[in-house]
Amino acid sequence: MAKPTELTRHIESHVNSSATTADQAASLDAIGFLVKTDALTIESLVKELEMYLTTTDDIVRARGILLLSEVLTRIESKPLSSVTIHSLVEFFKDRLADWKALRGSLVGCLALIRRKGVVGMVTGSDAKSIAQSFLEYLQVQSLGQYDRKLCFELLDCLLQCYFDVVAPLGEHLIYGICEAIDAEKDPDCLMLAFHIVESLGQLNPDPSGLLASFAKDLFDILEAYFPIHFTHPTGGDTPVQIHDLSRALMSAFSAIPLFEPFVIPLLLEKLSSSLPSAQIESLRYLRSCSSKYGAEKIGKYARTIWFSLKNIISAYLGEPDFSFTSAPVYGIGFPENEFVVEALSLLQLLIEQNSSLLVSLIIDDEDFNIIFNIVAPYEKYDSIPVHEQKKLHAVGRILYVTAKTSISSCNAVFQSLFSRIMDNLGFSVSNIDCSANGDIFPSQGVKFGFLYLCIELLAGCMELIAVSKKPAPQYVLEHEKCCTILHNFSTPLFNAFVSVLAVSSDARSHDPDIYIGVKGLQILAMFCLDGFPISISMFTNILKKFMSIIMEDFNKTMLWEAALKALFHIGSSVHKFHESEKAMSYSSLVVEKFVELLSLDDINLPFTLKLEALSVIGMTGTKNMLTVLQGLAGALFGNLSEVHRNLKSLETSVQLLQCYSCKLLPWIHENGCSEDFVVQFAVDIWSQAENCMDFSTPFEGKGLLDAMMKVMKLSVASCSVESQNTIMQKANSVLSSNSNFQLNELDRLSLTPGKYDIPLGDEWILSLFASVVIAVSPKTCIPNIRGLLHLFMKTLLKGVIPVAQALGSMINKLLSKSNDAEISSDLTLEEALDVIFNTKIWFSSTDLLQRCNGTSNGREIVLTDLCLGISNDRSLQINALCGLSWIGKGLLQRGHEKIKDVTMIFLQCLISGSKSVLPLVQDSLESTEEQDLDPSVMKCAADAFRIFMSDSEVCLNKKFHAIVRPLYKQRFFSSMMPIFLQLITKSLSSSSRSSLYRAFAHVVSDTPLIVIRSEAKKLIPVLLDCLSMLTEDIQDGDILYGLLLVLSGILTDKNGREAVTENAHIIINCLIKLMDYPHKMLVRETAIQCLVAMSELPHVRIYPLRTQVLGAISMALDDKKRAVRHEAVKCRQAWASFASRSLRF
Amino acid sequence: MTLGLINANPVVHAKKERIARTDYPHADHAVDPLDIYDFVRDIRDPEHPYSLEQLSVLSEESITVDDKLGLILITFTPTVQHCSMATVIGLCLRVKLKHYFPPHYKVDIKVSPGSHADEESVNKQLNDKERVAAALENPNLRQLVDECLYSNEL
Repeated sequence: MAKPTELTRHIESHVNSSATTADQAASLDAIGFLVKTDALTIESLVKELEMYLTTTDDIVRARGILLLSEVLTRIESKPLSSVTIHSLVEFFKDRLADWKALRGSLVGCLALIRRKGVVGMVTGSDAKSIAQSFLEYLQVQSLGQYDRKLCFELLDCLLQCYFDVVAPLGEHLIYGICEAIDAEKDPDCLMLAFHIVESLGQLNPDPSGLLASFAKDLFDILEAYFPIHFTHPTGGDTPVQIHDLSRALMSAFSAIPLFEPFVIPLLLEKLSSSLPSAQIESLRYLRSCSSKYGAEKIGKYARTIWFSLKNIISAYLGEPDFSFTSAPVYGIGFPENEFVVEALSLLQLLIEQNSSLLVSLIIDDEDFNIIFNIVAPYEKYDSIPVHEQKKLHAVGRILYVTAKTSISSCNAVFQSLFSRIMDNLGFSVSNIDCSANGDIFPSQGVKFGFLYLCIELLAGCMELIAVSKKPAPQYVLEHEKCCTILHNFSTPLFNAFVSVLAVSSDARSHDPDIYIGVKGLQILAMFCLDGFPISISMFTNILKKFMSIIMEDFNKTMLWEAALKALFHIGSSVHKFHESEKAMSYSSLVVEKFVELLSLDDINLPFTLKLEALSVIGMTGTKNMLTVLQGLAGALFGNLSEVHRNLKSLETSVQLLQCYSCKLLPWIHENGCSEDFVVQFAVDIWSQAENCMDFSTPFEGKGLLDAMMKVMKLSVASCSVESQNTIMQKANSVLSSNSNFQLNELDRLSLTPGKYDIPLGDEWILSLFASVVIAVSPKTCIPNIRGLLHLFMKTLLKGVIPVAQALGSMINKLLSKSNDAEISSDLTLEEALDVIFNTKIWFSSTDLLQRCNGTSNGREIVLTDLCLGISNDRSLQINALCGLSWIGKGLLQRGHEKIKDVTMIFLQCLISGSKSVLPLVQDSLESTEEQDLDPSVMKCAADAFRIFMSDSEVCLNKKFHAIVRPLYKQRFFSSMMPIFLQLITKSLSSSSRSSLYRAFAHVVSDTPLIVIRSEAKKLIPVLLDCLSMLTEDIQDGDILYGLLLVLSGILTDKNGREAVTENAHIIINCLIKLMDYPHKMLVRETAIQCLVAMSELPHVRIYPLRTQVLGAISMALDDKKRAVRHEAVKCRQAWASFASRSLRF
Repeated sequence: MTLGLINANPVVHAKKERIARTDYPHADHAVDPLDIYDFVRDIRDPEHPYSLEQLSVLSEESITVDDKLGLILITFTPTVQHCSMATVIGLCLRVKLKHYFPPHYKVDIKVSPGSHADEESVNKQLNDKERVAAALENPNLRQLVDECLYSNEL
């Protein structure tokens, strides 16, 4: 038992109206906790509270009752005895009469009513007595918003949980509810009120029951709310949104079928109103009510609803989209419109409910007759007047929905309208036979309008069959009227569509006639049953027609593309529905034909189009893709063997390879096809590689090499490790069989100074091999890796970039010694690094070495020395630097510490000419300090930092399985920054300073902004010098822009502000200079945007600069680019406003 | 001050949607009427919390530009014939353009023919350098102009 004093203190602090809300809540929590943990029983609490519950002071009494009820709310899951509950109910229900202390009793009743059975719930008679006193005492609409909400919750709970006991209250109850919700305006309360009505409807389903006499009254109350107009701002205190309210009212309307005589006329009236929101709401409500009230009740209104729907559809239906790019597979595409969608789905529901009635309404509609007469004379879409076109579209949509709703409606509409359409087109049932004999339809006589309606009907019918999960068995469909009719008319239809295509021109970008012709044939071919209702021979005819278009009409771009798209859809649907017979003819007539086309030269179809068609057809399914791939491989290898003799086959091979890598490979990868083909293809390329790489001039075959390397990289990257091993072994065997690369004796091979060109064929084989190495995953075994390293080192010095990238990738992926994982290759990372940095490279002559340090014998040098320019051969040094930069990138990405040494080498190249500050290079300094380095060498060294930091597309990325340590850029940045800052301040010669700036710019512009911001203070001065240095050379435009973006990133950041404020003067000077940078518009624009950001700085700091800025901006106002002028205006306004006399309102 | 409004109940038109210009690299970047219109359409009317665009005082068609000769001609239509605010509107236009266009453009501002009772004198006043300068010296007038230009009541 808790100490009474403590309890009293809590109670007092809660009841005390002068205490803060927080104190009151705290004391309530404390009491709740006591009761919950059985330290205090509810009875003793009541005893303790007695004085507060019965006092005549209204405020204290209200607080006291509220305290008790809040405690009850907190212990909803705590068992209470039935006696306790009963006495509490007695108490609270009596207090409902006490309007001055009402809140507490409402909360208390609600807490009791909500109790669940196991913890002791209110008995039926108690619930009934609560309901009675509620109805007797409460004037809901005279209460405040929160109390009303509580009342509604209480009512809702009573109805939900105790309907059986409160139902006998009968009229009294319903009258009370009506009174309570009448004229309610608060959205929260309305949600509850609507829900109460909905529950009433659900609990009184009997049409002659209690509600019958009150339906009108209830409806009168609800009617005022429709359509919901509620413009409360989103967010704020009330989370209730307009659509919540609307949905709640809709449920209330539709829950009581007795509302039908009042609701439907109201909705119909609003449907024809001029307010779009009312119209759309009516459509939604009608749909909901129709489905709830049932077919019989709605049937009465069918005619009226139908007329309104027809009007709405014709009013809102947009222009159909006659283009194949965005067309749906079935039917004709229309711009999405809420009204049309709602109207059509309502129509569909009505047809489902009252099929025969609605169909007869539709078929006998006068508008339909009129439209039949109107479109009769026109043979082309464009000749139909625009307003008639609109009517035609509306009629078409309605027919489409009717056909797709159910078998019976489809039958009916086919029986009456389809036959009529056919009659109008000139086929009647009587002359079917003669046209079936193959009479070609007279090409001048096709009436477009009817064909259009045909398409809509066919599309609806097909969707009906296709969308039902599994197609009905053939024998069932054979008895369906729509299918037999279609079967009978299929030949004339085919002829009609073909003849539309024959007369159509290809003048415009989208032509409805072509669309209708192609779409019609496509739909006919896609009826998804083998042989019915469209026969196999008809199917093959359609395919043949499309194929002839593909072969002959390639000049009509629109028609050609449409035909290809149609073939694609047909192929996909055949594949999807496993139609064996159709699949066979598709494969022989289309897929194989396209494969054949590749090797045929006598056909006029351009090769690029052949390839496009081939890839599209391949994408219809895995089986077709395999055929296509085999055909492509055959054509490729045929052409590859010819490349030397024939320039054309060279081009062809390149195109084939590009098609493979850009279109087919991604598809194979996405659709989870087996990788057998990919592996075999790569291996075959290797088999052919040697023969085809023997070009006399480098330019002829460069394209081929690039295409091959791309294919190789992508194929390898997408394969599993085993497959990668297979390809790697094949590549290695080709490489080692080439006598020019004696891998084992390689370290004895020497370089001849000045002659670094290697035979072209060898270079290409190596590059192709490099592309395999670039793309393999770390687990793949690279055979003879030590020999390869030597080979790569040698060729790297000859300037073969892919080899350098491969070396970088190898270094990136090799396993380290310290790693416990089993080592699959025969070389660890440490050993490899040792090979790279300590192998002495032999030169066949000593002439090359101007000087060398004492340890060397003059004919061998290690790579790092070459980079530092020990030889006097510039191109050798540049090649070495370039190679080293890719190796460095590999190291950097995996986070290896050796990168420090590599970076030092590059820095050494940058600063030579000034006194070195780095211990590493002290010893070699004597040899280099007299001469200034070649500018091209310095540029190469600076660009190495770009290679380090930028994300490369060709190698060392996630796609090619590179190891990328998280935050490696950030780490590199923070280790490099102090060094750069120190070197820049100490460098004396202008050339080394500018190179350092360039390197710095590369590092900074590729580092994530968040790190830069924290260093802003130190960086800004250097950044500004850097910017002004970079303006000197036109070629530096891109890097300048990158750097400027970094600056603007700092300017817009809160942390950066401080640093910026200190340097405001020099930053503004720099930006003003950049504002007339002539070579790049983006630089000027960004500079001005930075100035706008600067205007937000403290005025004390920037006010003195104001005139200077405004003067400079007036020049920018006259910029030749509009975007710059616009920015200048904004900037001017920003700078002029804070200092002018003008007031801001 | 004026007693009551000159046009107490003006006709308000819908705002036209602003067209975001897609700047192709080789597109023509010369100053065109739409550029100028975009600057001045949001100027507030001296009397009402509506923009000049909404009151149909200005339209894109009423502006002509000759970029080569550096000439800009704006013709505006006061809402009522005897509008004494016409000069204020013209002054606003002039001040705004002076700020946002380089000084080598010669700006002519006129009321459209027949739209104002005192057309000639208004035109003369608006294009007289001295009188414009004098008007802007007047603190009351200056404040009114600034209110119109920088108002965010719209």
